[in-house]
Amino acid sequence: MAETVDPEALGRWLCAFADAVRDAADELTALDSAIGDADHGANMRRGMTAVVGKLESAPDAGPAALLKSAGMALVSTVGGASGPLYGTLFLRMATAAGDRTELDAAGFAAALRAGLDGVVARGKAAPGDKTMLDALVPAVDALDARLAEGNGLRDALRAAADAADAGSDATIPLVARKGRASYLGERSAGHRDPGAASTALLVRAAAETLG
Amino acid sequence: MHHRPLPMEPAMKKLINDAADLVPEALRGMALAHPELRIDLQNRIVFRGDAPVRGKVGLISGGGSGHEPLHGGFVGPGMLDAACAGEVFTSPVPDQMLEATRGVDGGAGVLHIVKNYTGDVMNFEMAAELAAADDIEVASVVTDDDVAVQDSLYTAGRRGVGVTVLLEKIAGAAADEGRNLSGVTEIAQRVNASGRSMGMALTSCTVPAAGRPTFDLPDDQIEVGIGIHGEPGRRRVPAASAREVAEMLVEPILADLDFTGGDGVLAFVNGMGATPLLELYLMFAEVSGILEKSGVRVARSLVGSYITSLDMAGCSVTLLKLDDELLRLWDAPVNTPGLRRGV
Repeated sequence: MAETVDPEALGRWLCAFADAVRDAADELTALDSAIGDADHGANMRRGMTAVVGKLESAPDAGPAALLKSAGMALVSTVGGASGPLYGTLFLRMATAAGDRTELDAAGFAAALRAGLDGVVARGKAAPGDKTMLDALVPAVDALDARLAEGNGLRDALRAAADAADAGSDATIPLVARKGRASYLGERSAGHRDPGAASTALLVRAAAETLG
Repeated sequence: MHHRPLPMEPAMKKLINDAADLVPEALRGMALAHPELRIDLQNRIVFRGDAPVRGKVGLISGGGSGHEPLHGGFVGPGMLDAACAGEVFTSPVPDQMLEATRGVDGGAGVLHIVKNYTGDVMNFEMAAELAAADDIEVASVVTDDDVAVQDSLYTAGRRGVGVTVLLEKIAGAAADEGRNLSGVTEIAQRVNASGRSMGMALTSCTVPAAGRPTFDLPDDQIEVGIGIHGEPGRRRVPAASAREVAEMLVEPILADLDFTGGDGVLAFVNGMGATPLLELYLMFAEVSGILEKSGVRVARSLVGSYITSLDMAGCSVTLLKLDDELLRLWDAPVNTPGLRRGV
């Protein structure tokens, strides 16, 4: 596998995430019905179906154009909080990718970090608030750390996916401080955050398709 | 086959064809019933027929569907210029809000009226950024009047509920008077700061796509401090008389803001969707009695189902502290499907 991420690889990643979201849609909705409004699975499935449709209609786009088109499709179709949050993640990745035709490992990690910063700015949440950040922050930290230690992209992404899974697990006992789940207060503890669960799928899809 | 439905698994009986088509099919009906409105079925936007009104500040709102008549039913002279409809209980997307903003911009700028829910706030923020790139001046007001939620670092903040209806009416009248964008925004912010609400449910609602009640509420219990999306409330208590329920709703409101003195209050008893007007008037009498004992003078009233939660039974109480300006703007004519008087 290549150490670089080209548009074709990004397309594989997004399609793998779309598949994972479709397979887990009922589970994501069940998580959301416990502490939210029971639509996360359906909303993400609708959004990622739109993203895959965009990929098929513009096969020759560069990394930035491809990521931007994915972000815009999510913003336009998902609604709720997940649309702006996932949309902003990909839009900021697009900006970070600039006019490069492919991203090296460090470039991909930097783009993902930029996406993470965008999610923080949009959602104004912090780690520990029981949100998607509880999976995304440890994943991006693990990716950077493994690459800094000299590991290849594939190994680093596997570590990132493990960190995202662990972060998603760690949301279970947390009390939500953001989003609709926060209205439940202490009653939100004991349930996995659906946004952290879908984010873990996003990072796992990267580990399975990139590097 | 069960001979009768199990108590926890009631069959869903609704006037729908396919749950996935509910919102577009309802908008189509609204377009047929209200030729004075212009409904963009593609973008799911309800416009007043003559939008944009030259020189007038445009007012748009929007949110998940299921709260009707809010927001689409409040489009028309004296209130909103456009409303964006999302899926049931799901925020609309920025594309819709941008399209609505463009469609109502008469050159004096556009006010976005946003209920404080994480999704709504983020989508309207993105729409405002896109509108700014189009050189349309946009201001936003976020309603957060629900005293059932602690406003702290540990929650998404108070939810926007009943005050939203009153704000859309009063800010709409201010825009009609020819005030500029900052003037209309100031009025809107004053309404939000001067209003408080609290709601309760007798039954859960059933989201059509889910097919079963959002929460299980035993026959002998009520949920106090609910929102408008079937979110569970502050606490669950044994079913009580209307008099006791009125106390449970009014006391936390009066504890949160001083409503005595001044020009009195607008008292708003709102049905959640499946409660008869007969019971809402009874509740209004109970609420009025408590207010009188508490030294709060009721200057204006609104009773009916204006911000609903699908087929939830229950009610909410909203109090708005009035001054002579807000009183005059409330009394101004309005002509929308959901609120019409003086025309």
